[in-house]
Amino acid sequence: MKSITAGPESPLAQKCRFRPELFRALCWLAAVLTIALLAFILGEILYKAWPAIHRYGLGFITGIQWSPNREVFGVLPVLIGTAASSLLALIVALPLGLSMAIFLSEDFLPASIRHATRFVLELLAAIPSVVYGLWGIFVVVPLVQDYGGAFSQWWLQKTGTLIPVYGNSLLTASLVLALMVLPTITAISRNALVAVPPTLREGSYALGATRWETVFGVILPTASPSIVASAILAFGRAMGETMAVAMLIGNSQRLSWSLLAPSNTLSALLANQFAEADGIQVSALMYAAALLVVMTLGVNVLGEAVLRHTQRSIVGLQ
Amino acid sequence: MKRTILAAVGLSVSISLHIQAAVAINGSGATFPAPLYMRWASDFKKSTPGVTVNYQGIGSGAGVKQFIDGITDFGASDVAMKDEEILQAQQNVVMIPATAGSIVLAYNLPGIQSGLKLTRAAYIGILLGDIKTWNDAIIAKANPGVNLPNIPITVVARADGSGTTAAFTGHCAEVSSEFSAKIGAGKSVTWPVGLAGKGNDGVTALIKSTQGAIGYIEYSFAANNKLTIADLQNQAGNFIAPSIQSAATTLSAVRLPANLRAFILDPKGANDYPIVTFTWLLMKKNYIDSAKVAALKSFVAYGLTKGQALAPQLGYVPLPADVVTMAQASLATVN
Repeated sequence: MKSITAGPESPLAQKCRFRPELFRALCWLAAVLTIALLAFILGEILYKAWPAIHRYGLGFITGIQWSPNREVFGVLPVLIGTAASSLLALIVALPLGLSMAIFLSEDFLPASIRHATRFVLELLAAIPSVVYGLWGIFVVVPLVQDYGGAFSQWWLQKTGTLIPVYGNSLLTASLVLALMVLPTITAISRNALVAVPPTLREGSYALGATRWETVFGVILPTASPSIVASAILAFGRAMGETMAVAMLIGNSQRLSWSLLAPSNTLSALLANQFAEADGIQVSALMYAAALLVVMTLGVNVLGEAVLRHTQRSIVGLQ
Repeated sequence: MKRTILAAVGLSVSISLHIQAAVAINGSGATFPAPLYMRWASDFKKSTPGVTVNYQGIGSGAGVKQFIDGITDFGASDVAMKDEEILQAQQNVVMIPATAGSIVLAYNLPGIQSGLKLTRAAYIGILLGDIKTWNDAIIAKANPGVNLPNIPITVVARADGSGTTAAFTGHCAEVSSEFSAKIGAGKSVTWPVGLAGKGNDGVTALIKSTQGAIGYIEYSFAANNKLTIADLQNQAGNFIAPSIQSAATTLSAVRLPANLRAFILDPKGANDYPIVTFTWLLMKKNYIDSAKVAALKSFVAYGLTKGQALAPQLGYVPLPADVVTMAQASLATVN
């Protein structure tokens, strides 16, 4: 058989001959650089934190006094503040986000309105953190002061103990954080609900279930691992949030059980104190930064793992 | 076509290079005097075209670090430089006081005007958390006739490390051994009660929005935001209202040592406002670039002479004449 022969190669074709290998090499380089960058950041932080790790050890994590002028550093109240504010934000945002996701995945309203709502929700994610902080100062702080004051008065009459009320408190920061992580939870949950195979839904209807029985009995349980993953990712996002929290949380290093008392988070501590720190305080702040990075990375890795595992389990259903 | 583009690019590059042949001086440091230095820089540029002075307020600590590392031509610090830092800079440092400011206690009490008299026991007790409500006997005793409301006191402090905190806690630690033991002095300390805000502006905002709040800020911030401020009791026992005049009175009694670094922790004069601090410009004794040295020296000389007249309108305290003379003598040693 006569093979088809091309004419002499054009210059362009000659250049394209090496493209696939070049492209592959570039992709490998990009992947390696990304991982190397993460390793470099972690390594640099740990290197700078080493003097503090060596000097304070695990007492840093359990200490409750942060006094740079006395070189006493302990971040327990700050760790608790970080965990508490993120957890509270999640508790507020999860039911709200889930309801919105259900609303956006069912056909209660025409598709155009659903698309518009999704777009507006994504706009919420685009608002800068400092704008949330400013809004929080003017709107949420007075609200917390008023309602918190009323609650404190009622509690005083009922039990006789006075709870001091601060506008800039853990509660304020948590409420604004909830608003900031809402788009994350809603977007991922909505995707999870929509990804449930239509065969499950039709099967449920065929067995005589109502819409709500289907949603709560079939769709939600099927999508629940992804929803859990979205909650974990939102938790990771809330832990790293800096500007809005620094403006709203009151920045106090004291351990307090009250939601209406000021608190502090690792990111707010770093943002506030880094510029003027010198000597061992820089190392101590780097130690705190290392803790924050480890916590956030751990939470994100967990969320990603759960998400990947659940995608595999849904694929098998189709 | 290519040649015209090349020619245009070459022309613009040479023009920009020519503009950059003018001298640019970079400095960074304390945020407290930043508005004043930037005003000096813009006025100086008008009178001496070709010299651009850039100043960034990033904090005293960061400013000192950048100056020691040679990243900037001059630094600015509310707490001058520590001996270890001067050693790190190989003693090649001249500290020149540029201006001064006073730290006031501003409060938010509905119906109460400026001028609430706070004794030493009162304001130390408030800061330590021992005095919890505004109508406490200790505060009321010094203010007969003032109807103090029964609302809790919210102390507002600084969340970030700052020269303001260093000066304020330095004074409080000097006047009260209990304060010195429980909190101590420093750029960043732990307060037993209250909230904290970021920067003078953060603290000002918190005071304005929280009823019953009291916090320490620079006088210029209190004046510009029309906050009510307290009269503090000085060592002589008199209650002095913070103002440019009372701060100038305090400064006039200060005798600076040869290196021009002195912290006024507890002034003794009868009419001295008790919390006043200088802020310093840091320069090297020996520079390598002679064009920059000439420009920098003329800028600082401008600040020490014509620049002092601008200080009161921006809320800063002008330097007394003998301090200016000493500063100018120090400036002459820079080459």
